[in-house]
Amino acid sequence: MSITYLEAIREAQAKLLRDDDRVFIYGQDVGGSFGGAFKATKGLAKEFPGRVLNTPISEDAMVGTAIGAALEGMRPIVEMQFADFSSTALNQILNNAGTHYWRTNVPVPITVRLPSGGTKGSGPFHSQSMESLYAHYPGLIVMTPATVEDVYTMLIEAVAIDDPVVFCEHKYLYYHLKADKLPAKGLPTGKARIAREGRDLTIVAYSAVLHECLAVAEQFAREGFEIEVVDLRSVKPLDTDTVLASVARTGRLLCVGESFPWGGATAEVIARVTSEGFHLLDAAPQRINARDTPIPYHPNLWAAHRPNAKTIAAKARSLLQE
Amino acid sequence: MLQTAQRSSKRSTSKKAPPHERFLEAFRWMLLARTLEDKLVSLYRGGLITGGVYVGRGQEAVSVACGLFLQKGDIFAPLIRDQAGRSAFGEPLVDVARTYLGSRQGPMRGRDGNIHRGRPRDGQFAMISHLGAMISVTVGALMAKRFKGEKNFVGLTCIGEGGMQTGSAHEGLNIAAVEQVPLVVVATNNHYAYSTPNEREFACHDLVDRAKGYGFEGHTIDGTDLANCLDVIGGAVKRARAGRPPQLVVASILRLSGHGEHDDASYVTDEIKREPFARDCLKCTEKTIVDLNLAGTETLREWREDAAAQVDRAISTAQKEAAPEADEEDWRAISMRDLVDQVE
Repeated sequence: MSITYLEAIREAQAKLLRDDDRVFIYGQDVGGSFGGAFKATKGLAKEFPGRVLNTPISEDAMVGTAIGAALEGMRPIVEMQFADFSSTALNQILNNAGTHYWRTNVPVPITVRLPSGGTKGSGPFHSQSMESLYAHYPGLIVMTPATVEDVYTMLIEAVAIDDPVVFCEHKYLYYHLKADKLPAKGLPTGKARIAREGRDLTIVAYSAVLHECLAVAEQFAREGFEIEVVDLRSVKPLDTDTVLASVARTGRLLCVGESFPWGGATAEVIARVTSEGFHLLDAAPQRINARDTPIPYHPNLWAAHRPNAKTIAAKARSLLQE
Repeated sequence: MLQTAQRSSKRSTSKKAPPHERFLEAFRWMLLARTLEDKLVSLYRGGLITGGVYVGRGQEAVSVACGLFLQKGDIFAPLIRDQAGRSAFGEPLVDVARTYLGSRQGPMRGRDGNIHRGRPRDGQFAMISHLGAMISVTVGALMAKRFKGEKNFVGLTCIGEGGMQTGSAHEGLNIAAVEQVPLVVVATNNHYAYSTPNEREFACHDLVDRAKGYGFEGHTIDGTDLANCLDVIGGAVKRARAGRPPQLVVASILRLSGHGEHDDASYVTDEIKREPFARDCLKCTEKTIVDLNLAGTETLREWREDAAAQVDRAISTAQKEAAPEADEEDWRAISMRDLVDQVE
C-alpha cells in the first residue's frame, strides 16, 4: 500500500470525524460530492452527513464561525481553499482566536488548514507560504509538516490541542510524497526531528524545502561532507534546543524556508542561535528564503523565486568552505 | 427589589412579568447602566481610569431589550454601548468596575479593559474592537448548540450602523442566513460612526432594507421608546427561538455622548439634536412611568438611590483590589503550557 501526503490529510480527517463527535469540517467546496479543491475531504461528506459543510466564499466568517463553535465545545477544522486566502481571515485568526485565551482565560480549539506554498503556474495568489506571518502573532500554534507521517499525526494532534492551530500543509507535497503506511503516533508537537545526521553543517528546514535540503545533503555526501538536516515540524513552538544541539555538533548553520525573506522563521532560528549559541558557530549563519517579490507565474521564474537545490547547494558549499 | 446579577431570579421575573412590570424592570436596568456609566465618566475625568470610557448614553432602551429576553443557555455578544443589556443578561456589576479599574480579580485581569470584557462560558461573549467580527462568532456558537442537540436557544448580537459597513458584518449576516441559526442582530443607528455622519457611511435608504437581501426578517424601532424596543426586540427573540429566519432589528437613536469620553462630540449638529430620535430614552421612559402612574415619585427616588448604592459598592470593591503586577503575570498567550514557544 502507498499513501500520499494528501491522502494522509484526508485519512486524518476521517479518523477525527469518526473518533470525535466534536469535529466538523467547514470550508469552501469541502462538502457534497466534490470533496474540496484538492480532494482533501473526498467522500467525507457522504460518510459523515452534516459534519462536512460547504461555506460561502467568506474566509472571515468561516473562521469566526469556527471560533464561536469552539467556544461552545466543538473542534472545528476550517479548510482555506488556498493559504493565500487566509489573509481575508487574518482579523479573526489573529485578533479574535489569537487573543481569546489571554483575554478571557477560555481557549479556542480551532484548526485552520492552509494549503500552502508554490506549485508552478500558480502565481501570486495561489502560492504563498504564510507560516512566518502567523508565527509572528501571539496565541497561535503554527505547524509545518514535511512528511506523510507527520501530516497525518500532526493534523490529529492539531485538533486535540486546546489552542488555535494554523496548519500549513504544502501543496507541492500533496501528490509527490508517498509513504507505505500511516503511523499511530508521531513526535510530540514542538519537537524537531533530525531528518539526516551529519557533522559538517546543520541545515534547518521545514515543509517542502526539507526535501530539497535532503537531496543537497545526499549530493554533498558523495563529496565526503556530512550535512545534518533538521526538520522543524512546527515553526511555533520552535525547537531551539534541537537546533542548538545540532549546531554544537557541526559549528555551521544554514536555514531554509519558503516564506518571504523579511523577518520570518529562518531569521528567528538564526537570531536564537546567534544569541544563545554564538560560541558554537565557526562561520556566520546563513539563510535562504523566497525572493522579496510576489510569487511569479511562469515556471522559469517560479523555480528561481523559491529556494531550490541549486541555491541551497551554493550556500551550503560556501559555508562548508569557510 | 431589582435582582442585580441574579440571572435566574431575573429571568423568572422577566418571563412571567405582565408588560408594565417588565417595563419597570427594564427601566431599572437602564437606570443602573446610566448611573454606573456616569460614575465611570467621573472616575475617568478624575484620572482614575486608564484607557477609555465608552458609554451607552441614549442607547439604554435598545440595549436593555437585547438582554432582557435572553435566558440561560442563550448567547449574547454585546458591543460597545450595551451596559444595560449586559446587566440585564446577568453580567455582575463588579465585572464592569474590575475591568475598567484593572483589578486582577476581574474577568479580564488587567489584560483587556473597558467594554472588551465577557464571560464566554456563561454565554457572555467578549467583543473585539474590529467591528462585525462577533456576528459570525455568534453564528458558530449557535451551530455548536445545534450540533450538540440543544433546544430552544437563541443568540443575539449587537452592532451599530458604523459596524454594519464592514466586510466582516456582511459575511457574518450572510453566513447566519445560510446556516439558518436562531440569531437576532440588533443594529443601532446612532447617526455617527465616531464623527462621520450617516451620509458618509452608507447610501441605501434604510439599513433594514438589507434584511431582505440577506434573507433575514427585518424590523425597525424607535430607540427612544422603551415599549417599542421591548415589543420588537422581544418579538424578534421569540421568532428566532421559534425557528423563524434570522432577525435584523434596526434602531434609531442619537448617541448622547462622544464616541468615548475623550471625545467632546462637537461635530454633532444642532439640527440633529432636535430630531425626535435625539430624545433621551431614560427621560422618556421615566416620563411614561410618571404619566401612567406606574410608579410613584418616592419609588423612583428609592430606585435611584438603590442604583447609586449598587454602583458605589461595585466601584469600591474593585478599588480595594490589587492591580496586576508585571513580574507576577503569567505572560503566556496559549493554554497548553508545554507548547509555549520559549522566545525571549
